[in-house]
Amino acid sequence: MVLKVFFPSCCSSADSGILIGRWISEQNSVVVLAVVHFPFIPVQVKQYLGEVQRVTKVSVSVLGSWSNSKQEKEESLSEFLEDLGTIFCHEPWIQISKEGDSKFWSCSILQKHSKNPQEEEIILVYYDQRKVMLSHLHPPLDTAGQRAEDASKLSAIFGTVARSQVLFMTDRYNEGPIKLTHWQSDGVEASIIVELLKQASVPACMLLTFLLSLLSGICKSRVLKFWPLSFLWSKLSTCEQLGHRLQHLQVISSSKKAQNQNQLMRKANIFVSLLIDVALGILLMSWLYRKNRIGHLADTLIPVADHVAEELQDLLQWLMGAPAGLKMNRALDQVLGRFFLYHIHLWISYIHLLSPFIEMILWYVGLSACLGLTVALCILSDIIALLTFHIYCFYVYGARLYCLKIYGLSSLWRLFRGKKWNVLRQRVDSCSYDLDQLFIGTLLFTILLFLLPTTALYYLVFTLLRLLVVIVQGLIHLLVDLIDSLPLYSLILRLCRSYRLAAGVKFRVLEQQDGKPLRLLMQINPLSYGGVIQTYRLPTYSCYPRDSWASLCKKLFLGELIYPWKHKGDKQN
Amino acid sequence: MAEERRFLSASGVPIALRRRQHSASCRELAVRGPRLQLRSLSAATSAVWLAAYGLFALSENSMVLSAAIFITLIGLIIYLHFVKIDQESLLVIGSLGIQVTSSYASGKESTTFIEMGHVKDVVINEAIHMQKVIYYLCILLQDPEDPQGVSEVVPLFQSSKPRLDCLIEVYKSCQEILEQRKTAPQSS
Repeated sequence: MVLKVFFPSCCSSADSGILIGRWISEQNSVVVLAVVHFPFIPVQVKQYLGEVQRVTKVSVSVLGSWSNSKQEKEESLSEFLEDLGTIFCHEPWIQISKEGDSKFWSCSILQKHSKNPQEEEIILVYYDQRKVMLSHLHPPLDTAGQRAEDASKLSAIFGTVARSQVLFMTDRYNEGPIKLTHWQSDGVEASIIVELLKQASVPACMLLTFLLSLLSGICKSRVLKFWPLSFLWSKLSTCEQLGHRLQHLQVISSSKKAQNQNQLMRKANIFVSLLIDVALGILLMSWLYRKNRIGHLADTLIPVADHVAEELQDLLQWLMGAPAGLKMNRALDQVLGRFFLYHIHLWISYIHLLSPFIEMILWYVGLSACLGLTVALCILSDIIALLTFHIYCFYVYGARLYCLKIYGLSSLWRLFRGKKWNVLRQRVDSCSYDLDQLFIGTLLFTILLFLLPTTALYYLVFTLLRLLVVIVQGLIHLLVDLIDSLPLYSLILRLCRSYRLAAGVKFRVLEQQDGKPLRLLMQINPLSYGGVIQTYRLPTYSCYPRDSWASLCKKLFLGELIYPWKHKGDKQN
Repeated sequence: MAEERRFLSASGVPIALRRRQHSASCRELAVRGPRLQLRSLSAATSAVWLAAYGLFALSENSMVLSAAIFITLIGLIIYLHFVKIDQESLLVIGSLGIQVTSSYASGKESTTFIEMGHVKDVVINEAIHMQKVIYYLCILLQDPEDPQGVSEVVPLFQSSKPRLDCLIEVYKSCQEILEQRKTAPQSS
């Protein structure tokens, strides 16, 4: 049987004393937490350990003796240390001794009630106490994607050190009866700034909660729930993003303390993400308002809208002629083309009506960029949607016309073959038609069939334009989602204090000497950046894509309207 | 005590296996591949720069040359840091676990430690790789629900791909230590 002793590297130069820590019998390993120095009174030591056990729920006990003799080994000392074993009866009693400055220590085990008196091999594993205490072990994901929460051996060791924090609070300047050596025994460290921030955060949180409750009260008021306004709010992505950020603020300002590591990291991630977002937004705002760039932007907006409308008019003239050499049905072509041209004319008139107010509107809307870069990007996406509204309208007209035509064609094709769609049974049945029904049906079928290329071409052109706009909007939303969900605090932690996020441990074999126990150094193996992002990603409010490619193509072919981006709150069609 | 032996990899390049026994229950096995040759490095660099110079002669744009230098530097750094594996080692510590380390040419080391409780066995498996059938050593991980099942297979020495003779040596060394945990009384 192999006995593993986890020894903190900070205690390597401690004076002689007794070892306290935890004995994990299932793994046959010993975790040494501190060294208690002479002189001490055994009763007081036991009392102290009892208190520590009560507070931390970790079964801390006296494990053995540690002797660090600067000169040669004294025989009387070794007998004294063995006698200690009888006072603190612990099974097994471990004796570690270090001579002078030698790296190679000798360990021995005293077993009084051992069943099989064989020589146990001892492995000495050094660990950095402070890093192990602060680190959080992430067990690997198993195939189901769930984190295995079973008792991994390493997590027992990490848990023991992490929960014994109260043991490390007494340092050598304390006037108590017990003198300990551990990683903090040279003096407990704390940062004034951190303490001040902790004190200041309580009233700040309360103020924030009050303001947020006011704000959410206003948002939920009946005034804003009337039909045109509520429809508008649901369509504008800016409102969704603002609602999302409001939720985040509520999470941060809640006065409940975080229960576990995950909640703490989530709060910290949201806080840092909001901070960076607002900082970037203010940067953007200062860039826009310097040298009156926003005025220039507003000035170029109308000419750009005009240019787009002119390009559309040219496109329609091209379609009304002989596009790509195809021969269109003259009458239908003229009707559709004139209809769309009139639409564009209306649109240009509206834009020109608005042109004196555009600069002012844009100036005030640009101010809202101080709420965050994500809000600014959402506003940009909404402006694009508003400016290309006529393309959306054309797409809807073209799609509806095409859809009607396809349905008409399919139904008349069934009539042509003598069949009918049975709505009750949801299948195609044969049916006997009258002669005049057949005659008119075939006539209509022929008309629709020969008018199909014209309608199909208009539908194709406007669908492509609409898809272009959708792709641009989609890219902007992707960027917004990226900023929303990136766990910046965790990434910075991984960069600067990589031992806090541990994926596991790694062992390094130190110099060995025959006859002495095996010496290993346990270091923390940090989580990879991909693992950090996967574990600590913040949830967002949208998920795409809504349709698979196959169903998207089917919808396009049939002329059904497509809405590629789905939001979590939407009901399924 | 350390000993080193030369073998061939599956693709024919010479590799070296180094075995070190640190204690009765701790062994380290390292497979070292060939180092980066100066010949191949200079050949690649000269090819890229000749192509860049040819483009420059055609287009008279000096950005091509600076772009070529930039690409060469970045490509070299990426290759050394992410692609070229110098040494793959296996550290078997009875009753603690198995540690698999890959060291890259730039000095980066990527380590995975598998606890002994999760290890079911270490076996040699056959696989079809491109147009060849090769042998590889792998660690079978225990399925927590099913004591007879295997939840995951972790292949070892993937970039050096030693042949069967080398794998048998590694296999024997590992099994000697793994057997100790069967003879020792169960400690779950």
